[in-house]
Amino acid sequence: MTTQIGPGPGGPPRPPLPPALSEPPAPRVNYLNVAYGVKSWLLTTDHKRIALLYLASVTLMFFLGGAFAVLIRLELVTPAGDLVQSETYNKLFTMHGIIMVFFFLIPSIPAVLGNFLIPIMIGARDLAFPRLNLASWYIYMFGAAFTIYALVSGGVDTGWTFYAPYSTTYSNTHVIAAGLGIFINGFSSILTGLNFIVTIHRMRAPGLTWFRLPLFVWAHYATSLIFVLGTPVIAITLLTVVLERALHLGIYDPRLGGDPILFQHLFWFYSHPAVYIMILPAMGVISELVTCFSRKRIFGYPVVAMSSLAIAVIGFLVWGHHMFVSGQSTYAGLIFSFLSFLVAIPSAIKVFNWTATLYKGSVSWDTPMLYAIGFVGLFTIGGLTGLFLASLGLDVHVTDTYFVVAHFHYIMVGGAIMGYLGGIHFWWPKITGRLYPEMWARVAAVIIFAGFNLTFFPQFILGYLGMPRRYHAYPEEFQVLNVMSSAGASILGLGYLLPMIYLVWSMRYGPKASANPWQAKGLEWQTASPPITENFERQPVVTEEAYAYAVEGEAHIV
Amino acid sequence: MSSSEHIVSPVVYVGVFLALIVLTGLTVFASTVDLGLWNTPVALLIAVTKAVLVVLFFMHVKYSSRLVSLAVGAAMLWLLLLIAGVIADYVSRGWVGSPGT
Amino acid sequence: MSSVADTAHGAERHHPDLVHHFESLPAQKEAATFGMWVFIAQEVMFFGGLFAAYTIYRHLYFHAFVQSSRHLNLPLGAINTAVLICSSLTMAMGVHASAIGRRRPTVAWLLLTVALGGVFLGIKTVEYKDKFDHHLVPGESFQAEELHLEGSAARPAQIFYALYFAMTGLHAAHMVIGIPIILFIAWMAHRGRFSPEYHTPVELTGLYWHFVDIIWIFLFPLLYLIGRHH
Repeated sequence: MTTQIGPGPGGPPRPPLPPALSEPPAPRVNYLNVAYGVKSWLLTTDHKRIALLYLASVTLMFFLGGAFAVLIRLELVTPAGDLVQSETYNKLFTMHGIIMVFFFLIPSIPAVLGNFLIPIMIGARDLAFPRLNLASWYIYMFGAAFTIYALVSGGVDTGWTFYAPYSTTYSNTHVIAAGLGIFINGFSSILTGLNFIVTIHRMRAPGLTWFRLPLFVWAHYATSLIFVLGTPVIAITLLTVVLERALHLGIYDPRLGGDPILFQHLFWFYSHPAVYIMILPAMGVISELVTCFSRKRIFGYPVVAMSSLAIAVIGFLVWGHHMFVSGQSTYAGLIFSFLSFLVAIPSAIKVFNWTATLYKGSVSWDTPMLYAIGFVGLFTIGGLTGLFLASLGLDVHVTDTYFVVAHFHYIMVGGAIMGYLGGIHFWWPKITGRLYPEMWARVAAVIIFAGFNLTFFPQFILGYLGMPRRYHAYPEEFQVLNVMSSAGASILGLGYLLPMIYLVWSMRYGPKASANPWQAKGLEWQTASPPITENFERQPVVTEEAYAYAVEGEAHIV
Repeated sequence: MSSSEHIVSPVVYVGVFLALIVLTGLTVFASTVDLGLWNTPVALLIAVTKAVLVVLFFMHVKYSSRLVSLAVGAAMLWLLLLIAGVIADYVSRGWVGSPGT
Repeated sequence: MSSVADTAHGAERHHPDLVHHFESLPAQKEAATFGMWVFIAQEVMFFGGLFAAYTIYRHLYFHAFVQSSRHLNLPLGAINTAVLICSSLTMAMGVHASAIGRRRPTVAWLLLTVALGGVFLGIKTVEYKDKFDHHLVPGESFQAEELHLEGSAARPAQIFYALYFAMTGLHAAHMVIGIPIILFIAWMAHRGRFSPEYHTPVELTGLYWHFVDIIWIFLFPLLYLIGRHH
């Protein structure tokens, strides 16, 4: 089946050029076929191959975490706790959270798309520390192994939040193994962030000033700041939990005067910025997609770039909004509430600027754009509901209910995962040298969008009506909404399976891609699909601004 | 950005070493004197001074790029943010609102 | 169209230590040094969590902290502080020697650093054993009588000692990791691996070791010198 990639209806008319005139033939040797064999993959230092190693790993973890979601939604079809016991249910949502947060969402875009694209986007041959990059992947796998060990030997039931003193004293599950797994995995993040920061500072091509960088790179720079400054705090926090359980070095034990709220402070000091780790890279993707599929410069480039930094920095100042009802001081609650409203501003700025970019743009609706527009809408809903939660009074009513669950799934699934899928589709031709089937991709995007909303919108209502989170049994009157949510989950699951099928299919049977099938701006589109190992035949020199798409009306000027 | 390496003279190193030893003795001595509320700030001030000497001279930050100084500054700032943010909760309990918070 | 092999290296003179993705040795060194500082920044936050916990509990239980701190061995702690400061001097001298291309002094200074590190760990072992013998290890065997604390005031002493073991233990772990690294670097120096143009591994190791010294510079007064005048 032949499908068209490139600006569809709505774009400027583009007569198809014969390949010989449009661009030089792709080199026979690229990073994929330059060497074969398991060793050439497991011992690679090529950032592009490492990105694919991560792609395989995070995809596996996504489906593992998704399997737990399936069981959760199955249980919640009926009000009675009849599928699993409550102890088992506790393990289900814990493992779902741990795997999705630490082993899928946090690494996904940075480790797959960031690793692949950042050196190419800045005109470099690789990241600053290629062997460290490979080590990051091995550390990730080692951490995953510990966590899967915890899973198969009986699971953890503390919630992904590991609150003390339950996690330190009273839980009878494999807290130590799971805690160590996440601790180890944290170093994978830290080293990736370190690599990105040094690379972006030190390895930009001639002419590539900071304010000519793609916004994808700005977003990953900001994310890397959080990786480096935030992740060590959860590392030490989980280590203290492990020490308390294993060696009785108890600092959270109330019997000794320990304060469980201290655990929450230390935990959320990282885990709030962590949510910005999960969304900032997706925002970077959206900036790339919206510009390409509107054939237009981003509106307000410097402001969008600075907003990424602002989110990263202010994101470190708001962690107490997870603790409004914990017993933290009311005064602290007031400050955290105010700062949480503040952090919404740079996010809103991005949404305004993406929308303004569309205005008078030449918009086409290819799959990546479907994901991008979906992101903007769903992230807006998720972000606005975050403001409800940031209001102290409202939060007292909806905290620990399904309202919170819906809020963060709108951002992490409706936002981050759609950004991830949009990016995977947009850069798929670059990464694999193949085109994916556009019709199936659009179908999958629509199914995912519909399934997502059916799953999670009812949860806002459930939460507002008072259904608590992390309960496997609930009052009868909540059943209709729960059934809707579970039905939506099955549609969403189907939607996620489709790309697995057609993307894998395209690697073998998809039409070969040219260097720039989207006619997009950006250094990555100036090199072959797939690129050679060194990325570029010659060192690129940058002379124009980012997103230098032709301005509307310029075609008429002679 | 430093283009060529600045070789620090061993005399500087020995000088810094002696200063560090003296400051160590000073902090031990200061802890035996009752300075009331000032004992803790004095101890911290001496520790910070020692750390600054190590950072500037042993770790060559005095002769390094602004980027390195930025990294050092960011680390200090974030550490202070962590400690101050957490202690602020405990110190402000009882200032506003319900008893116990 | 140039072939794959003809990449942007051009006709540059190739230093054997220059890796393919950097343009020059100075650029490579700048990146490596900056990278090490980024790593140190994350180490600051790693220890920072324990310093935050320490701050809270010292604020809440000052009296228990005073009494617990008095039982730590001040002379040994002070000696250890001096030992680490010496080791920072020897480390700095080792880096200096490698920067001016003096092979044997480099090795000697690095081995001296390791020896001093070993002394520190030996003294720490003596102190830890002393805590075991006096039932001051948190857990079921903990007894607070020697601290002159009674009843509810005695229980937070376990938190002090938990923090003492966690913080000095984490610090010691960093030394245990650092010592083999210095030995490896010393061996590389012995083999003539370094030169005035390329001695980055020695410098980076130095940065790590000085950082570990700085941690102790704070641990010493915070753990050993609370309320010694009472």
